Amino acid sequence: MSWEPVIGLEIHVQLKTRTKLFCRCESGFGAAENARTCPVCLAHPGTLPVPNRLAVEMTIQLGLALGCEVAERAVFHRKNYFYPDLSKGYQISQYDEPLCSGGRFSVPGPAGDLEVGIVRAHLEEDAAKNVHVGGAEGRIGGATRTLVDFNRGGTPLVEIVTGPDLHSADEARRFLQLLRQTVVELGVSDAEMEKGTLRFDVNVSVRPRGSSELRTRTELKNMNSFAFAAKGIERELERQIAIYEGGGEVVQETLHFDPSRESAPPLRSKEEAQDYRYLPEPDLVPLAPPVELVERLRASLPELPAARIRRLAADVGLELAEGLVTSGRDALFDRVPGDRRMVANVLMNQLAGAGVDPTSVDPAELGKLIEARGRIPRSVFGEALASSGEPGFTAERYLGEAAISDASALDPVIERVLAANEAQAAAYRAGKEGLLGFFVGQVLRETGGKADARVVSERLRERLQA
Amino acid sequence: MTIDTLRLTAEEAAGLLERGELSAAELHAAYRAAIEERNGELNAYLTLVERVEGAGVPIALKDVISTRGVETTAGSKILAGYRPVFDSTVAARCRAAGFPLLGKTNMDEFAMGSSTENSAYGPTRNPWDTTRVPGGSSGGSAAAVSAGLAPWALGSDTGGSVKQPAALCGIVGLRPTYGTVSRYGIVAFASSLDQVGPMTKTVRDCALLYRAIAGRDPRDSTTVDLPEPVELPERDDLRGVRIGVPRELNEAEGIEPGVSAAVSRALDLARELGAEVAACELPRSVEYGLACYYLIAPSEASSNLARYDGVRFGLRAGGDGDARRMYEQTRREGFGDEPKRRIMLGTYALSAGYYEAYYGQAQKVRTLIRQEFAAALERFDVLVSPTSPTVAFPLGAKTANPLAMYLSDVLAIPPNMAGLPGLSIPCGLSEGLPVGLQLVGAQFAENVLFRVGHALERAVGFDVVPRRLA
Repeated sequence: MSWEPVIGLEIHVQLKTRTKLFCRCESGFGAAENARTCPVCLAHPGTLPVPNRLAVEMTIQLGLALGCEVAERAVFHRKNYFYPDLSKGYQISQYDEPLCSGGRFSVPGPAGDLEVGIVRAHLEEDAAKNVHVGGAEGRIGGATRTLVDFNRGGTPLVEIVTGPDLHSADEARRFLQLLRQTVVELGVSDAEMEKGTLRFDVNVSVRPRGSSELRTRTELKNMNSFAFAAKGIERELERQIAIYEGGGEVVQETLHFDPSRESAPPLRSKEEAQDYRYLPEPDLVPLAPPVELVERLRASLPELPAARIRRLAADVGLELAEGLVTSGRDALFDRVPGDRRMVANVLMNQLAGAGVDPTSVDPAELGKLIEARGRIPRSVFGEALASSGEPGFTAERYLGEAAISDASALDPVIERVLAANEAQAAAYRAGKEGLLGFFVGQVLRETGGKADARVVSERLRERLQA
Repeated sequence: MTIDTLRLTAEEAAGLLERGELSAAELHAAYRAAIEERNGELNAYLTLVERVEGAGVPIALKDVISTRGVETTAGSKILAGYRPVFDSTVAARCRAAGFPLLGKTNMDEFAMGSSTENSAYGPTRNPWDTTRVPGGSSGGSAAAVSAGLAPWALGSDTGGSVKQPAALCGIVGLRPTYGTVSRYGIVAFASSLDQVGPMTKTVRDCALLYRAIAGRDPRDSTTVDLPEPVELPERDDLRGVRIGVPRELNEAEGIEPGVSAAVSRALDLARELGAEVAACELPRSVEYGLACYYLIAPSEASSNLARYDGVRFGLRAGGDGDARRMYEQTRREGFGDEPKRRIMLGTYALSAGYYEAYYGQAQKVRTLIRQEFAAALERFDVLVSPTSPTVAFPLGAKTANPLAMYLSDVLAIPPNMAGLPGLSIPCGLSEGLPVGLQLVGAQFAENVLFRVGHALERAVGFDVVPRRLA
């Protein structure tokens, strides 16, 4: 039987507001433990939440970018549970009347757009952070004490829930990358996984291909990179398929990955049906975003990454277009003149490798350099590219160093190489033409990378066939 | 100059200060002397404040009101020794108005109760008869004002906790329209019902204190600006005032005959002053009001009281490094029976599978109650009834029977469910104990209540000094 993966995502994005969601404490990283706290986020008796207007607007903007409807009336709910990092004993979140719902997010794909339903995008506050002391590396196992740092407590988060519309690990990765880029470009979040400003959980199940049932799912938690998530999903899909094929049943459970030990198998835990006793938050009046506000935010949306991928794909193909846009390099790409595919290739495959910050590059100079790529020695090109982010960089400086294409200079080197590798030369003549690259490489090495590779291979071919 | 704190109204005290006949320190000292003399037997205050901060009339605040640097326990052991690092908005407004703080008054733990017997710090006694309760939960504030231990005080009213003790102690108490007084810094019991209100000797004092504390607060997003300024009542007549007498609120089971008689006399006086008085109905409000209240208030309380976990402030008990055991032990030792009872009730009512049947249903009925009151208040300016079915009852009489205790608020709760303002004024004695008259108005109609209350207060001529102390 052939199996179809069914994958849904739950993503948390930390909003880039200056202050927390319900108090005026600064949000963000870098302060001493519990320095960014006040009676409200520490839940001192009698304190009350006051919603951050910017956080509401950012959520609406993000919802609009995800094609959601913005509710005329949205309600905050209390999600009740006890945990030391939850100061009030409840999290203020949204439940059955979220700010944004019913969206659709299109991810350009090789076989047309991948349409992913957005069930909801709602606003909620983050919990604080438990710090386990005494165990290894702040982990809970072996800890003797737990301290709580409330700096993060009350930071605004948008929770985005997709439908079960993704059908491979690769689709999940591409969706997440595009979503992340969208969030970053809207300016609502830095969405950095390393800092935890972008977090997500994955729901995974499989079903016989062609069926539309939804089977028991498992939840993968604590993914710390897109690649790691893709790997985790693949592993989980294989495991579930093996269970069904062995006549077993998948059990609903949560798999906790330890980001610091990527190769370790996930910890499994039974999914308890937690009763959060949701209660409409009586300390807050329902949100009623005025139509004018929603329309103003809609009008202010920039061109979204998905649209740009579609536009660029026509010139450079989907893969490069996706890479350019989700890495944020397409702004530079648009300004660098020259052959589109060649520019895209250099930006995606060489510039990043050279460790150059794309925003510091002079596009016109980079264009000149790329245009001359074939005419200058490979080593010089690499060197030039590596310095292309430096202030005052000019391509001119490197263009003078034309590659050695003069046959009279190259022929003696070619002779030397052939003489030193007679066995290979014989093999080439006997039909192993793939060895040409070997000879080209030898000649380039002899010339310190300054030989024009095109001329070298032409001369070599002539000489070997003679 | 000798100051008779039993008789002096806040308005009179303000006059003395204004004319320079008395200093704020002297006034404060006079109340301190009265406290020295009588607080021992009454237990109205939990904490006293030595320093005189402000040049105005001093005030007592219920211990549910956060005061910076001054212990605020809400009558609970779980907050013993807790000193807020911030002022509640009402405390800040009192400070800004120059009212020096006399101290913090006793109350039922977390404002849950109708007799102040649920305080972790011992009951408060009724100044009229110290074998009886002062009502609750703002019993400490009511007793303090009644016994001349404070010229005025603030209480909080969730299900009658200002109105009922005011009635039982023979003073004036206002539960304001929900949303007119900030809840910021008020230790929360049931957020959709909690409201701070003045407790005073006269209706004019009540209006003065309400004026000082009311109005929108950016820290409480459920507050609004008053649609009109607070007026000090002047008129003695009730011409043009339409008074409705809801049958169900006046004929409810358990209303003592002496209470009914005092209310009837007050209605006769109202007619004499020119009011039109007619009967009306509030069938659902009275039948379902109490039941709805005891679903909604405990539900919200179960959530509001979750923060008392021993992690950040207040009592922490045991645990041996296990967070869950620490929660359990802290809450077991820190909470008294009534908060525990309501936390359990509320937790149950909010649980999956029960929410719709209990909390959800109660909210729907609450809407009906609101509509019923709104309809009645289109025909009438005020609705009148006893505040409490009984006069002050003996200490211990209802502690073994929570339901009997809850019924003490059966008449005060329905208008609270509708978010409406209610004023309780003394309207006479029954068996030598004060009877309270409840006046309920439309949303934001506090000025109407003050006008009617003031005229009736004059006509009734009730002597607010407890006979025993006169």
